[in-house]
Amino acid sequence: MEWANTFVQGVLIGGLYALFAAGLSLIFGVMRLVNIAHGDLIVLAAFVALVTVQGTGVSPLASMLLVVPLLAALGYGLQRGLFNFTLGKDILPPLLVSFGLSIIIQNGLLEMFTADSRKLNAGAIEVSSFNIGGSIDIGVMPLLMFVSAVAVIGALQYVFYRTALGRAFRTTSDDAEVARMMGLDNRHVFAVAMALSLAVVAVAGVFLAIRTSFDPSSGPARLIFGFEAVVIGGLGNLWGTLAGGVILGVSQAIGARIDPGWQLLAGHVVFLIVLAVRPKGLFPRIEH
Amino acid sequence: MAEPILAVTGLDAFYGDFQALFGISLELNDGEVVAIIGANGAGKSTFLRAVAGLLPARRNSVRFRGEAIGGLGADAVVRRGIALVPEGRRLFPSLSVEENLTIGGQLRRPGPWSLDRVYALFPVLRERRHLPAPSLSGGQQQMVAIGRALMSNPDLILFDEISLGLAPVVIRDIYDALPRAIAEGTGAIIVEQDIGRALSVADRVVCLQEGRVSLQGRPAALTRAAISAAYFGV
Amino acid sequence: MSAVGWQVERATRTSRIAGLAAAVLVIALAAAPWWAGRSDLRLLGELFTYLALASLWNLLAGFTGLVSVGQQAFVGFGGYMLFALAMFAGVPPLLTVPLAGLLGALVAIPVGALVFRLTGAYFAIGTWVVAEVFRLVFAQVSSLGGGSGASLPVAIVRAVASGRTVREWTVYWIALGLALAVLALVYWLLSTRRGLALTAIRDSEEASESLGIDIWRTKFTVYVATAGATAMIGALIFLQKLRISPDAAFSVNDWTAYVIFITVIGGIGTIEGPVIGTIVYFVVRETMADLGSVYLMILGLVAILVMLKAPRGLWGFVAERYGIELFPVRRRLRITCDR
Repeated sequence: MEWANTFVQGVLIGGLYALFAAGLSLIFGVMRLVNIAHGDLIVLAAFVALVTVQGTGVSPLASMLLVVPLLAALGYGLQRGLFNFTLGKDILPPLLVSFGLSIIIQNGLLEMFTADSRKLNAGAIEVSSFNIGGSIDIGVMPLLMFVSAVAVIGALQYVFYRTALGRAFRTTSDDAEVARMMGLDNRHVFAVAMALSLAVVAVAGVFLAIRTSFDPSSGPARLIFGFEAVVIGGLGNLWGTLAGGVILGVSQAIGARIDPGWQLLAGHVVFLIVLAVRPKGLFPRIEH
Repeated sequence: MAEPILAVTGLDAFYGDFQALFGISLELNDGEVVAIIGANGAGKSTFLRAVAGLLPARRNSVRFRGEAIGGLGADAVVRRGIALVPEGRRLFPSLSVEENLTIGGQLRRPGPWSLDRVYALFPVLRERRHLPAPSLSGGQQQMVAIGRALMSNPDLILFDEISLGLAPVVIRDIYDALPRAIAEGTGAIIVEQDIGRALSVADRVVCLQEGRVSLQGRPAALTRAAISAAYFGV
Repeated sequence: MSAVGWQVERATRTSRIAGLAAAVLVIALAAAPWWAGRSDLRLLGELFTYLALASLWNLLAGFTGLVSVGQQAFVGFGGYMLFALAMFAGVPPLLTVPLAGLLGALVAIPVGALVFRLTGAYFAIGTWVVAEVFRLVFAQVSSLGGGSGASLPVAIVRAVASGRTVREWTVYWIALGLALAVLALVYWLLSTRRGLALTAIRDSEEASESLGIDIWRTKFTVYVATAGATAMIGALIFLQKLRISPDAAFSVNDWTAYVIFITVIGGIGTIEGPVIGTIVYFVVRETMADLGSVYLMILGLVAILVMLKAPRGLWGFVAERYGIELFPVRRRLRITCDR
């Protein structure tokens, strides 16, 4: 029965990992860009939430109302002001520029907030849970995170496949030159995609801040979790990313159960195994 | 005499250090159909790409409706009413047939063309409207590419090698539909490898040879020998 | 009628002069223990290790197109091999350096087989994951100090050399030797046919494949060789520090961020780039006050600007402007005329 509980906890945290991954997946799908600063932007969002809560006294969840639009605006500016100039045939510029950005954000946060661990207190909701039989307790917060992950991914899928904006994304990602011939401004389309990605990052960051303690150097670990979820789930498939996140979460939970020091290692090992036997992931989307 | 809708003067085009066009001059009147023929590498597609804004060019070397548009960028050019049916079709593989057509109408330029009208022109597309574009045959994909260009309600359409890789019977079907596509006073520049086809639909023929205009005239006025000489440069 | 002949040559007047100057410089550096103070010697040693690391990263990313942000995996691995071999297998400390390199190359084989399943940016993050795995694994090994790390036992330290001064000189010379060896290796690799293959692969994979160059094999070989060399440098680094911990051994900042920034600013894809970059980095670091993370931020910013505005870095800019090459790799055709 303990194992069932472990499994459930793993599934729920998988939702958070899927949130980390969704923004990464979206950007890669639209412009083949992998933002190495992705994890650090999640941490940045967490710090923005911290400042918001400390400054205005709103509840952590409510801070999303401010953090999401702020990060979205940042994403638009980042794409138009920086990343748009790195896109092209060479893989070096976007990689190295986003790596540089990652280091800058980490150290900038370090200078502003010191290396102290922080955490947002969401109050009673954090510790409340309900029992669904046996010894399986479902925490309200973890459930909320999981449901949000599903909702966000569902919304992204909807945007991608059922809206004009999504059509613009797919068009530009298919063939940027011909997309321009349709009157689409690639610079703007890419920037909107990044804004959307950072909106998701903002949600993930607020949840991160509530769930666990974080500090300026927490970014790379989140990037790695998101990346592993994407690779396990399969490139180009957002629902696959959710599955990947769940698998990662469950692996870590089982690993932690065996030995607390094994938590992260278990997740990495499962990732490496999937990489070895199914390099394209478990549910890859067939590329045209 | 009405002002030509398109006036190309001394157009040069480069791919990096390589010069593909050397001072091309050409005029097109409203509603006129001009065919451009020439051997591979003569610069025909390059010319269309330059007019469509896909290649850098001196601002004044391309004037459309009196406005200098050289090198403006494809989105600005299509906004002004020039649409390109690109070489090799280049449909969007992630989109369905209907989505490909819809995205062509992205700019909502006013005009007679709509999804219904495109389906009326190419009925076979209506049955396949929700299928992914790559699943269509070559000829059907060409129809989608033409339909996509029409959806932007252009005043000038550029057709780049639409018969490439298609079976003769399919090419015939497409060329049969062409007059209806470029009705309503739309101008057209058709780049073609198939000289016979080009001569049959054009008001005027231009022959390019190694980046330069080697011959111009009405189809009836050109002899086979003259065309051969201009085409091959012998 | 005079006979016209041709000759393929590599060296230019500039490179010959540079070669001479370099020889003089190397002799001067080898003699450093006699004219430099203790802390200067340490600084130079550090400079040599960074120069080597940067050249190796450049070989991987700038020439082979394999952008790794996980080379710290091998730096740390080499460091831990020093401790493990010396402490458990009784291997003389100096001998552990080349052994660590060999073991690093061996470990890189399965690692490479895994990460090569990824491409581009995903490959980069994959190498980072591997480094994380190494860090977590070594943190579990309690006999090597576990999570808090270990110091090299005094007996082993003494085994390096007869006294502290001789030990420091020895470590210094090894550092100089390794840096020169790495530069020589990179130069040799790039000036042979295999090196041309690398440049061809970097410029166009499709074209080079059609020429029969086995891309996967070539890239894999470079990856494994670079890993081995990096592990050797790792062993040397921790021989210098005398203390190891998982966080220090596998630090992204120390062994990857600085290395990448040095190479980018100096000039990716050129042999001279990492040399210039390392010198600039240390000159600035020593003249600026100790700003720690701010220095890192500035470096990052400069690297981004370089990547956007002058992607070939400081050296690339100079070389293109003046057409010079200190390490002559390109071959020139010289038409000769007999009179």
